[in-house]
Amino acid sequence: MRRAKLDIKSYPGFFAITLVCLLILYAPLLVVTVYSLNDSNSITNWEGVSLRWYVDVFSGPESQKFKAAAWNSFTIAIIAATVATTIATLAATAMIRSGAFKLRSLSFGLISLPLMVPEIVLAVATLIFFNSVGFTRGYGTILIAHIAFCIPFAYLPIAARMQGIDASYEQAAQDLYATKRQAFTRILLPMMMPGVISGFLLAFIVSLDDFIITNFVKGAGIETLPTAIFGSVKQGIKPNIMAISTLLLGVSILLVTISYVVSKSEKTK
Amino acid sequence: MAGGTASSGGTAADTYKNARPWLLLPAWAFLGVFVLAPVFMMLVYSFLTKEFRGGVIWEFSTAAYDQFFFNRGLFGDEPPTIEWTYIAIFWRSIWQAATATLMALLIGFPTAYFIATRPEKLRPMWVFLITIPYWVNLLIRTVSMKFMLRDNGPINDFLVGTGLINEPITIINTNFAVQLGLFYSYLPFMVLPIYASVERYNFSLSEAAADLYASKWVTLRRILLPAVKPGVVAGCILVFVPSLGSFLAPDLLGGAKNFMIGSLIEEQFKGNAGNWPFGAAASMVLLTMVLILLLIFARQQARAQKGTG
Repeated sequence: MRRAKLDIKSYPGFFAITLVCLLILYAPLLVVTVYSLNDSNSITNWEGVSLRWYVDVFSGPESQKFKAAAWNSFTIAIIAATVATTIATLAATAMIRSGAFKLRSLSFGLISLPLMVPEIVLAVATLIFFNSVGFTRGYGTILIAHIAFCIPFAYLPIAARMQGIDASYEQAAQDLYATKRQAFTRILLPMMMPGVISGFLLAFIVSLDDFIITNFVKGAGIETLPTAIFGSVKQGIKPNIMAISTLLLGVSILLVTISYVVSKSEKTK
Repeated sequence: MAGGTASSGGTAADTYKNARPWLLLPAWAFLGVFVLAPVFMMLVYSFLTKEFRGGVIWEFSTAAYDQFFFNRGLFGDEPPTIEWTYIAIFWRSIWQAATATLMALLIGFPTAYFIATRPEKLRPMWVFLITIPYWVNLLIRTVSMKFMLRDNGPINDFLVGTGLINEPITIINTNFAVQLGLFYSYLPFMVLPIYASVERYNFSLSEAAADLYASKWVTLRRILLPAVKPGVVAGCILVFVPSLGSFLAPDLLGGAKNFMIGSLIEEQFKGNAGNWPFGAAASMVLLTMVLILLLIFARQQARAQKGTG
């Protein structure tokens, strides 16, 4: 019976296509990683394994530029993810723990708006807004734009987690004379912490990775890692770009893995 | 993007006076000021007069839309005919995005199906494998693709090495390279929603079809596909929409000839040569197209939900 059922489900070739799909997704990343270890001045010829381009990233002629860009990228990502996670946590609490209220679906629309508007349109709109209110483009404008598009990425895992937590825990706390605030900070917040951490990490990654919006609102004289990389790539792919890309790739994969592990942890405790 | 909204929320909690919609205020304030207001300002800018060194003069004008849709000759005094330049760029973008979507569907559907039919314990791991590349910097992924597709890059090396072709073929800076780039960028978006709907699919329907002597492929086409259509449509939208306005893939993989909407818009805001009202107008046209698409999608999903529930 079980065999027959499995047989009905399986289609010849689907497993092969799945492997092709994974190959397509991962091959370019693997190739860049491998070639970042190439001991050659050209990206075409393979001349053995070395870490020279990683040394170059940290102490080569362009290292000052990349260090400054990395500093901007990381500080912006930390601040943007922190603010976005805070806003998203409050918003999720209102959305999931308030039953039905007016403006509820409209609020959800507003929160997910940055995901629905094409990124280039959001970039243009944000640039125009900063221009019309007279903000000078720079670190601050990048930060504000990043917080805005990080909010939905932080919101989704937090809201998902909170939906899985039964309201009776807070009710029990309130039955035992906990105030609303205590029920939130002492019961709900610790329970939804995995969602909050997961949301923070995702927001951090999307901030770290953003190119298009940053490129529009950054103004002259300030770079983040993606805009610095883009500037270099426009003059051709150089080996040090492969090394810096591999580093950034590693950071993203590490963080998304942590986020995954955390959000799966103690799922229904 | 397809993030589900909460159902009716904590029901019993209502009696405990846990209603606190005011906690939404920070989100409303921030997104209202820095997302909603900017989109509105963009609409306003698209009706202003261009300043020659970038920026705008605050004078009402429909010149931007006029330039987009109509050709009035070199001096602007001829009777208007339809201007095809920008419509052609939009059309090419639609075509590129549609091709990339089709490619993603052909690879993504079997993958999603395969994952959804794995033992339940293993599915999250498969889904995670598909998701990881999405979280890797899009710029870096596009650069990797550029590296792969070069004339003497790994793909050509492989094809020449295996004797399939005699000399490297040019892929980079063609339409096909852009399609490949878009396909590669958004492939995970195709897999995830299809996976979600196949996972919910009741396989006893397929068994019933098999009992009635339907072949596997007939079952797939007549029973499974209609049942998981909402997931397929969602996947197509999630690949098509970001592809349509993408900037990196056409810019890095397509070269100067294979201009898409994203590059057209970006150019209007670069340096002093740009035309801000025109860039805003082109963005408005793109936004309108996307919103219409999402609206159709939302109605279709709502209808599908009514059908099953």
